[in-house]
Order: sequence, then structure tokens, then C-alpha cells
Amino acid sequence: MTTVVGAAQLQAIVSDEDVVRVRQLVRTAAVTAKLSLVDQTKVVTAASELARNTLVYGGGGQAEVSTVDNGARRGVRVVFSDDGPGIADVELALTDGYTSGGGLGLGLSGARRLVEEFELNTEVGTGTTIAITKWAR
Amino acid sequence: MDRVPILKIGPVLLVSIQVDMQDQVALQLQEDLGERIVATGAKGVIIDITGLDIVDSFVGRTLSTIASISRVLDAETIVVGMRPAVAITLVELGLSLNGIRTALNVERGMELLSRSTEPDSPDEFDLDLDDLSETTSP
Repeated sequence: MTTVVGAAQLQAIVSDEDVVRVRQLVRTAAVTAKLSLVDQTKVVTAASELARNTLVYGGGGQAEVSTVDNGARRGVRVVFSDDGPGIADVELALTDGYTSGGGLGLGLSGARRLVEEFELNTEVGTGTTIAITKWAR
Repeated sequence: MDRVPILKIGPVLLVSIQVDMQDQVALQLQEDLGERIVATGAKGVIIDITGLDIVDSFVGRTLSTIASISRVLDAETIVVGMRPAVAITLVELGLSLNGIRTALNVERGMELLSRSTEPDSPDEFDLDLDDLSETTSP
């Protein structure tokens, strides 16, 4: 069973600066969970993509960053949530190169590749929640 | 808002990114560089990303855009100092830094630039401003 170690950190995402703050929180949690440098880099990059999505497509929201433990390993878990328009076609949104904005279309699909666990819940008109977990090896 | 400083070293502009950049800072750098290339007539741009602990799709795209803008303005861009963990992550993210030349460090980047600009100016001495005014004034 996965348990949260210590207190989860909440960060509102309403500006560019907040995306930077999310990266820093995730970095700190990744160091605490003793992830390798490459794994730290991967999870911080994934968090950066998703935080920007929360800001740009979700119209702002929040990130909850925590260090987790499943009994065997430690890891970092980040939950992004927004009350934005939601994603109508999840399959399409997760396709490499697809973008509804002006981006490269690598945010969602790329972030998913960089972590071990990726759960996406979305409802049109209600919002989107994405939880990612990266485990120490 | 922070601004990334742009240094001029001979015919080369050197940008060393030392801060965890906000998206707006990256866009500002893109604009500033374009202006500095035109103002200085620089033939090369070296962007040192030793200080960046991640390059996400936004920063990656900005680097590609900077390279394209520079090329149109007759300057070549070389990105140097990428950390190994950043390179691994970039590839897994699916980001190909289109049109960007890379080098291991600033020194190698400078070497690359001087090599690629040399063949263009073998007659450097004939192209002095003095010569030019002499041949055009009469």
C-alpha cells in the first residue's frame, strides 16, 4: 500500500512563476525520495509539462506534491488539478504531436513516458486531474 | 522579471542561462537575441545551458526558434553544456532540437563557429572598411 511520507505540499498554479515553484517542490521531494539524478530530472520535467498544461489549458489550478512509500520503495507523487474545460478526447490528447494550442503536443504524451504511473481523470466542463508517480529504483 | 544577459565576444554572442527560467523570460531572451544579432552583426550565438537542470518542451521549442531566427539573420546558433540527465530526458520526452547544433562546452562551441565562419571570409583583409570606401568613393 502506498503511504504519504511527511506532509504534502500544495502549490497554486496561476502564473509562470508558479510553474517554476512546482518544479522546485518536485525537485526537493525527488531528492528526499532518493531518486537518481536522471529520475529526478525526468519527474521534474514531467511536472513542468503538466504544470504548464494546468495553467494554459486548465486556466490555472493546483499541484499537490508528496513523497510516497509503497513498503519497498520511495517515490514522488504529484497531483495536478484544475476546474478548466476538461479534455474531450483523451486518446487524441495523449497522441504525440497533437496540440489544441500552439505547443509541440509533447506535454501530456511526453510526461506520461517520463514517469511510471500516470492517471488522468477528466470531465468536459468540470476539469482535469492528473496524478503522476515516479519511484526510486 | 529576470532577463538573461547577452555578452558579445568578438563576432559571437554568448548567452549563459543561469536561472530556472519562467516561460516569459525565455520569450524575452528570444526577442533580445534577435535585436542584438542585428545591432552587432554577430555571426554566431552560443547558448550555454550548463545551469539548466531541466529542458522541457517549452524551453526546447524556444531554443529551436532562437536557432531559426538567428539563421534568418545570418548567424549560427550552438547550444552547449547540456547535462547528461537533461539529454536523456529530452530524448525520452520526444523532443528533437530541430536545426540546433550542439557542442560539449563553450570552448568547443567557439571552435565550431570559427571553423564554420572561416571559409566565408578568406579575403578578410580586402574587406576592410577603408578599402571599401576607397573603391566606392571615386
